[in-house]
Amino acid sequence: MNLIVNGQKAAIAGKGSLSVSELLDELNVADPLYVTVELNGDILDRKEFGHLSVSDGDRVEFLYFMGGGGGSC
Amino acid sequence: MLTNEQIERYQRHIALKEVGGKGQQKLLDGRVLIIGAGGLGAPAALYLAAAGVGTIGLADADNVDLTNLQRQVIHFTPDIGRPKVASAKEKMEAINPEIMVNAYQTWVHSGNIGGIIEGYDFVIDGTDNFAAKFLINDACVLAGKPYSHAGILRFDGQTITVKPGESACYRCIFPEPPPQDAIPTCSQAGVIGVLPGVLGVIQATEAIKFLLGKGQLLTGRLLIYNALQMRFKEVRINRNPKCPLCGEAPSIRELRDEWGAMNQCDLEKK
Repeated sequence: MNLIVNGQKAAIAGKGSLSVSELLDELNVADPLYVTVELNGDILDRKEFGHLSVSDGDRVEFLYFMGGGGGSC
Repeated sequence: MLTNEQIERYQRHIALKEVGGKGQQKLLDGRVLIIGAGGLGAPAALYLAAAGVGTIGLADADNVDLTNLQRQVIHFTPDIGRPKVASAKEKMEAINPEIMVNAYQTWVHSGNIGGIIEGYDFVIDGTDNFAAKFLINDACVLAGKPYSHAGILRFDGQTITVKPGESACYRCIFPEPPPQDAIPTCSQAGVIGVLPGVLGVIQATEAIKFLLGKGQLLTGRLLIYNALQMRFKEVRINRNPKCPLCGEAPSIRELRDEWGAMNQCDLEKK
């Protein structure tokens, strides 16, 4: 299966489709508990990661929290 | 009417067909609030002052310390120990004595943010913690106030402009703050000093474009910057119908403080 992950082509071996959770696993995505997943332009509900599936040609973006600063402590 | 001195000071703006004398007058009449006088707020404040944005609010309760000076270019070594808003106001007025700088030496919280943002046309989130970032998003969206979000970490930054009711908000991307201490802060993980310069200047650019009514704002697009690779990328962000704040059935109807999103060190400062 070929996906566009974070703007880059990514070939995923094996099955014709897999769940978002499985994809996070497969790609060893950092911080899977906090990552936001956008699938074909839509932000997914975290609760749906287990049963929503990605298929050939889908565009997936992983978005991360960025805070910053850290002040003076 | 611009004075002769103003025509000279802002000549490089006035020469632009997108600005001109009329646009410069819009900037002079403009009111921008910067929350956080740190890494992001410092360059934003300097450039907005130089640009002649007539009224600039600056909110921050912190004092300048030595670790700030690697990136917070509005504060100088002799300012260590002074309130950041006082240090910043002094530099902004030295660049441009004709602007008004309103200093709010306070942390924003659910009880005061509405009153602070009220009188401004555009808000810049230059804060460093998720509690403040979510609060600013909520307050701006509920008040219909356009604002610029930015976050930074290590060599990475991201920014998006929010036009409430028209474009995606921060909660459309991140419905809830991360759990306390789940995401490292810059003091733990580090940040390259030039990074907030890039992001803060983009935020100031958005404020200026908004006041001028020119160009395209960074709405519906998250701009992600990596300084090590020197790459900018854009991710299209649609409004999220399930957004708890601006979605179809919002669960957030009034401001609340996300204490759970505070880092331990933020809590100690309160």
